[in-house]
Amino acid sequence: MTAPEREWCPALPPALTLRHDTVRGTDLLVLPERVVVLKGHAGTVLGLCDGTRTVRGIVDALAERFPDAPVATDVPLFLDRLHREGWLR
Amino acid sequence: MTDASRPERPAPPWALLAELTHACPLHCPYCSNPLELARRSSELSTGEWADVLRQAGELGVVHTHLSGGEPLLRPDLADIVAAAEAAGIYTQLVTSGTALDEARLAALTAAGLRSVQLSVQHADARANDRIAGRPSSFAAKEQAAALVRRAGLPLGLNIVLHRDNLDAVGALIELGVAWGADRIELANTQFYGWGLLNRAALLPTRDQVTRAHEAVEDWRTRLAGQVELIWVVPDYFDGVAKPCMGGWGAVSLTVAPDGTVLPCPAAAALPDLAAPNVRDRSLAWIWERSPAFNRFRGTDWMTGPCRGCPRREEDFGGCRCQAYALTGDPARTDPACAFSPDHDLVRRLSEAGPAEPPPPYTYRRPGAAPVAPA
Repeated sequence: MTAPEREWCPALPPALTLRHDTVRGTDLLVLPERVVVLKGHAGTVLGLCDGTRTVRGIVDALAERFPDAPVATDVPLFLDRLHREGWLR
Repeated sequence: MTDASRPERPAPPWALLAELTHACPLHCPYCSNPLELARRSSELSTGEWADVLRQAGELGVVHTHLSGGEPLLRPDLADIVAAAEAAGIYTQLVTSGTALDEARLAALTAAGLRSVQLSVQHADARANDRIAGRPSSFAAKEQAAALVRRAGLPLGLNIVLHRDNLDAVGALIELGVAWGADRIELANTQFYGWGLLNRAALLPTRDQVTRAHEAVEDWRTRLAGQVELIWVVPDYFDGVAKPCMGGWGAVSLTVAPDGTVLPCPAAAALPDLAAPNVRDRSLAWIWERSPAFNRFRGTDWMTGPCRGCPRREEDFGGCRCQAYALTGDPARTDPACAFSPDHDLVRRLSEAGPAEPPPPYTYRRPGAAPVAPA
């Protein structure tokens, strides 16, 4: 599998659902046979993956909200990892 | 078990298996439905299912498998899917693929259906139809798979493995790839209910199991990143008990067609379970407070080698239904475990080799199973 190109606008495949679980107080990524419990701000990052923002756009949006976090280095790696899992396209 | 002995609330369930009906056009001899099938006249109504799903969402259920029997035999299936969607629950249809057409699938997708799991009995059409006890069912499945792919839904194949198809495991995987499956679940037969009734016909040889497992591992390497392969272990041969249901009342619950709620689909066979029903009690009470769901929850109930075993939090003592089916006591260690004092019951069977010639199947049909003694 190749690394996503620069103009990649990450989006969840239709079979995956991002949702907040009010019972457990956490964000979840729901797949056909699996539930991934999202830690920290992973749900916030995935919420921005709507197919219209580039990786750069996602990083900029997060940098505005979390000025002290290392989003420019961490977020592209995180998105790349999810792409390799098949959870982003 | 009294409430006082278990004051803490159990963690909420993740998944609900909805057996919408026990009616089915197929008659597979290893069916996971109970020997005593629920009558159609006893089935929950559309409104009752919608209420169950609403309660399930509030309780913390994230996934529901809409299963049966054949769930497509419920004319209100799209309404049930819509109710799950409204409750925030992700829906997967578990179907034999018969009676699925483009209009039906479009209605289900519009209602919010997310994914489809299709059963296949064999890679060879005639063998498939013979095991399923239904002519032309293979052709219907092939067509159903194409419809699901065209609709853009993820497709899983669910294949129960036994003496009659283990040698075709490579062909079954190739079939799954050709049909565009994202996931292929290869589940060795579990021997209770119909599977136990047909054990002499279904139990494979150790060689068959070994060869099939090697073939699966070989395919797993070749298909890495393309198709997910799941191998559900044959516990009669491994000497290791399976972590049945991820623990009793720990991860999921089953709602039978008539509203009976069970910790696993096979638990209907356990004696004195006093299985609760959604027609009498709330789903929250059933999950958290009912004696049936607390009976084998945690580790306090364990006996024999399980009690002091370092694996007790990993395999949860194995399968209660198997312990009962083989020893008559559901609280004993699962005989599949090599540490069980009853392990010889399983080892003798797996070492003796299969019956020759194989006995005919007792196909799953209402009234086909011998009536249990009173």
